[in-house]
Amino acid sequence: MKFKTFAMFVGPSVVLMLLFIAFPLVTVLINSFQVTNPVFITQEVETCTPGFVTQTCTTEVKTIPVLDEDGDVVRVTQWVGFSSYANVLGGERFSRAIADLDLGQLANIDFWKALRFTLTFTLVTLPFVLVLGLSIALVVNNASKSIKGPVIFVSLLPFIITPVIGALSIRWLFYGDGIVTVWLEALFDTNLSVAANGWAVEFLMMFYRVWHVAPFAFVILYAGLQTVNRDTLESAMIDGASRWERLRFVIIPHLMPLIVFITLIHLMDAYRAFEEVIGFSSESHRITLQYLTYDYLQPDDAGNRQISSASASAMLTMIGVVILLAAPLRRTWRDQRGA
Amino acid sequence: MLIKKLALAGIFALSASTAMAACAFENSQEVKTLSAGFEAWKAVTDAMAECGNVSAELDQEFRTKQPAAFAADPSLYAVGGVSNGTVTPLINEGTIRPLDDLVAEYGGNLTPNQLIRVDGQIMAIAMMVNTQHLMYRTDIFADLGLDVPTTYDEVLAAAAAIKEAGVVEYPLGATMASGWNLAQDFNNMFLGFGGTFYNADSTPAVNSEAGVKALEMMKALTEYMDPEYLVSDSTYVQQQFQQGKIAMANLWASRGAAMNDEAESQVVGKVGSAMAPIAMEGGAPATTLWWDGIVIAKNIPDDLAEAAFRVAMEGLDEEMVTANNADAIWLIPGYVPDEMAAGAIATATATPTPISYPSTSQMGLMHTAIGNELDSFFTGDRSAEETLAAIEEAYTSAAKEAGLLQ
Repeated sequence: MKFKTFAMFVGPSVVLMLLFIAFPLVTVLINSFQVTNPVFITQEVETCTPGFVTQTCTTEVKTIPVLDEDGDVVRVTQWVGFSSYANVLGGERFSRAIADLDLGQLANIDFWKALRFTLTFTLVTLPFVLVLGLSIALVVNNASKSIKGPVIFVSLLPFIITPVIGALSIRWLFYGDGIVTVWLEALFDTNLSVAANGWAVEFLMMFYRVWHVAPFAFVILYAGLQTVNRDTLESAMIDGASRWERLRFVIIPHLMPLIVFITLIHLMDAYRAFEEVIGFSSESHRITLQYLTYDYLQPDDAGNRQISSASASAMLTMIGVVILLAAPLRRTWRDQRGA
Repeated sequence: MLIKKLALAGIFALSASTAMAACAFENSQEVKTLSAGFEAWKAVTDAMAECGNVSAELDQEFRTKQPAAFAADPSLYAVGGVSNGTVTPLINEGTIRPLDDLVAEYGGNLTPNQLIRVDGQIMAIAMMVNTQHLMYRTDIFADLGLDVPTTYDEVLAAAAAIKEAGVVEYPLGATMASGWNLAQDFNNMFLGFGGTFYNADSTPAVNSEAGVKALEMMKALTEYMDPEYLVSDSTYVQQQFQQGKIAMANLWASRGAAMNDEAESQVVGKVGSAMAPIAMEGGAPATTLWWDGIVIAKNIPDDLAEAAFRVAMEGLDEEMVTANNADAIWLIPGYVPDEMAAGAIATATATPTPISYPSTSQMGLMHTAIGNELDSFFTGDRSAEETLAAIEEAYTSAAKEAGLLQ
């Protein structure tokens, strides 16, 4: 292909990638090393607020931002080096926890709490997604033609449902006097409070994620099953390979590139988990790294946002994803070169 | 189908034009409003819409949207519905206009009590007060011969008696959902024990005796609650009441009308209200006072501001209050306090009076820090002192980033 033709094909995509991926990334990186804040002055302010009958007026010293002649808030930006990163990681509390070798203290710092949960969440759900996805694919593959269509449709449903709706529907089954909770209470004759236990919430969040993502693995693997070499399978049968041995030595090796692909996508997605925290209101027990970034960005009633900390937290999340993906990516890279 | 839709549209157009007669003038400017979504705002914006050309946005996320929307030029909304907590960024950033001239011209019906002044200038018009106060099941208290508690020690005693009798699932409810709600519950108790949140130089001061006492009292109260209290927000507590699951809660006055809503509630006429309990002897009721009201954007043409203000005055008139008397503790003339309002009025007129929720930049940061760090105390991962120390550290690092501390 001539370079010009190549450039015309690739150009738009490169421009868009620069605009929507590289540029925001660089901005976030810069933001994480900078702090922008208003210039404050302290000033005596009299404020009158209504009581039920009469007003109460109080004069107090308030810290208020300085406005310039156009009525805009005066802001200053300064480079702060790694101090926002230090903030996100826990600052002094982090160094104290490390000095005391106190894991409990460490687990109370938001970032480490989020990292602990996000990693567990990602790594525990992965095998379940793969195994469940493969099982459904095998079942559907062996199902008779007449029921294949409906079975595929039903298996795909969880994947189609909007994530937050899916999370809420599972939440309503279990939280408060949810149907399943009431059944379990009747069955074991106890009083259950699912949302009061961190581990129970954690389990529900993982259960939801597996339920939601397994159909994705199923679709990919089912497509892969259609390309398994019939001849190899038949010769394996003639050699007396059992069902399990055929799966283990013929089918799985054939599907391996797809399994790596699903693993990559799942690691990326699960590490960025967010909707589970919102759907299950798990903030008090479990938070994810992505939620932490969101939390820094949310303005409080006085309108403060921690943009710098949010940027640092976003960068740390990205670094985490890269580390997590390194192993499977290397494998794909090797396979590609080998092929 | 189409005919049906057309007919419906026709009916709406008709009702809109008849309703417009209820407004004293015909509004020709496009007035947009952004406010919270509870009943009182619905009543006010509906009354405003009678003047025509009003589009009201009622959104519980208004507190996140308002500062940015009002900072735009021209502002995306002419009228904002605020409370004393959410008005802070608007005043700080100068995105709302002083209303003195407009009040002089069109605000004849306003009482002096409604005018929110900052440094002598009228910056907002209050329409209602809100506070968290005690709501309780009058029938249960009568059956068990219990007195209405006025202190938190009495709340504990009453809760124990109700638990003993086993008449409800849980004696107590509380707005302790992780985050803003939980922090506000702590704020109430902390102020009740005489605490102050930060010093004059913006350094934090929550790690104090009052802080520890507040946390201990809250923990003691949770013994009588649904163990899932960390997901229980105002609506959750309201539903617990409506479904007869709880007997007492320190709940927002604005939720009172829902208790007697026959479509939702199984306890119509059985819920009474009383002053917010006192945390320590000689202290103010352990709660904060809030007001809700309207502000007018600065970045809009003066004639639009005038139209917006006149429309808002129509929304805040006596006619609206008479029609929606039970929806709030109105500050507007014509309001007749009902039984449900007794608790809020007793709270607001108690001596010493509870303070208004402090609307400052520091308090915003403090509220967030409290909301983020309290969870580990209630899940049992941290002691009260450790939690308060963690709140101070979280506040300090956020305040440094915000430029409030060096």
